[in-house]
Amino acid sequence: MFPCTFRAALLAGLSCGLASAAAPDAQLRRGAYLVRIMGCADCHMPRKMGPKGPEMDVARGLSGHPEALVMPAAPELKAPWAWAGAGTNTAFAGPWGVTFAANLTPDAETGLGHWTEAQFLQAVRSGRHLGKGRPILPPMPIQILQAASDADLKALFAYLKAQPPVRNRVPEALEPVASH
Amino acid sequence: MRPVLTLLAAVLGMLPGTARDLPAPRAPRLLSQTGLYAAPGRVDTRNRPYAPQYPLWSDGAAKSRWVRLPEGAAIDGREEDAWTFPVGTKFWKEFRFHGRKVETRFLWHARPRTWVFASYAWNATQTEATLVPDEGLPDVAEITPGLRHSIPGVTDCRTCHGNGRTEPLGFTALQLSPDRDPGAIHGEPLQPGMLTLAELVAAGRLRHARPDLLVNPPRIRATDPDTRAVLGYLAANCGACHRRDQPIDGLDLDFRHVHAAAGVPEPGQASTVGRPSRFTLPGEAPGRSHRILPGEAGHSTVPYRMASRRPTSQMPPLGSVLADREALDRLRAWIDAGAGTRSR
Repeated sequence: MFPCTFRAALLAGLSCGLASAAAPDAQLRRGAYLVRIMGCADCHMPRKMGPKGPEMDVARGLSGHPEALVMPAAPELKAPWAWAGAGTNTAFAGPWGVTFAANLTPDAETGLGHWTEAQFLQAVRSGRHLGKGRPILPPMPIQILQAASDADLKALFAYLKAQPPVRNRVPEALEPVASH
Repeated sequence: MRPVLTLLAAVLGMLPGTARDLPAPRAPRLLSQTGLYAAPGRVDTRNRPYAPQYPLWSDGAAKSRWVRLPEGAAIDGREEDAWTFPVGTKFWKEFRFHGRKVETRFLWHARPRTWVFASYAWNATQTEATLVPDEGLPDVAEITPGLRHSIPGVTDCRTCHGNGRTEPLGFTALQLSPDRDPGAIHGEPLQPGMLTLAELVAAGRLRHARPDLLVNPPRIRATDPDTRAVLGYLAANCGACHRRDQPIDGLDLDFRHVHAAAGVPEPGQASTVGRPSRFTLPGEAPGRSHRILPGEAGHSTVPYRMASRRPTSQMPPLGSVLADREALDRLRAWIDAGAGTRSR
């Protein structure tokens, strides 16, 4: 979706912004590594426009789609265009509906603060929102996470829970529009 | 002394490591090997049929259900809304479409803290059913033209029945109550020979229940028959996931019936009627939709989501590809009449 150089820049920013917060613990280091190589920040860390184009808004952490950014109606697309994304890379519209990247920081009310490790594993293994709701929708590549071992998922969760909480209530998914 | 206690604990399955050391119990390959039948096509009489008063909607499938409690063992009914079943308990549920057996689900309390989930797909000649893979089996039978029934995978089974404390959902004090709701949506009449709450108590197969369980039996608390039927339906179809004792983060939505004094509102009413919804109805401003808006079924998210089969909004989110028209009609009429909030 993005040029390799841009992607590399994002990952470099991520390594500065996130990995430095990880505790010197093997599980947390593993979690930080997994977050980097799986590109979690690609969607869960909003982008903002910088002097050289879109850049990671590192201060927001992995807090997902910014609550204050109320999206207008999804654009009508003509085939073969099938889906569209916001400049923040946190909101997406397609045949599945409109989806917003979730807040993965441990904020108690709007993020993973109250989640247990078992709930996180259940969400991944079931592929369901909150572990028991609707399917986790595109473009979240849940099938990649589902291929991870329990140990890796636990490391990932431990790392996410160790991040600074960011209060940001992400909107619920919206129904698809007729043109998609 | 210590080795003796350790050995005793191990025998009783009380050591955390004990279950891990044993090979995981597996469901048999064939349904006929689970103990359901005494002979081909003849159910073992020790497996007792039962019928919950508020059935779960499964795309209109006809169902038969059986339970077998181990000889001499009893259910612990101290927690009226969360019975504890003895090790060895087995449940079966058979699903039929257009008169043909399609699948039979098997739930087996194989050992302490371990329930085995399995589904069996029936063969074309209806003589045997075979264990399906843990991932389930898609599109096994036609429900209506263009819609097919899929056998759920184990993960989906656990989504509803629980990952920690497993619950056989249709076999509860409320579902077996002798105060049976004559207006229940898709209600099934009790057939001769079906297991009842009274029989469980009389036979000593339910212990430690409150003394007045049969005098003051479980009942959906409601001021009128329509409210009772609708809240009973929602308790059975939504209450396995939306429940106060296992809250979904940030949702505060509860449909599960729990025993309480008369006059205490049912959770399915208290947590929905007049309450804002996080889900936004198409065409409404964010934050302006209600779960159930009395008098306004068309502006209530609960019936909207029950009618949807889109992944962004379908409720329940699994186990069904066909909306329950009868339930929706009853629910919408109840909401339009005030959702139990207007005196009659």
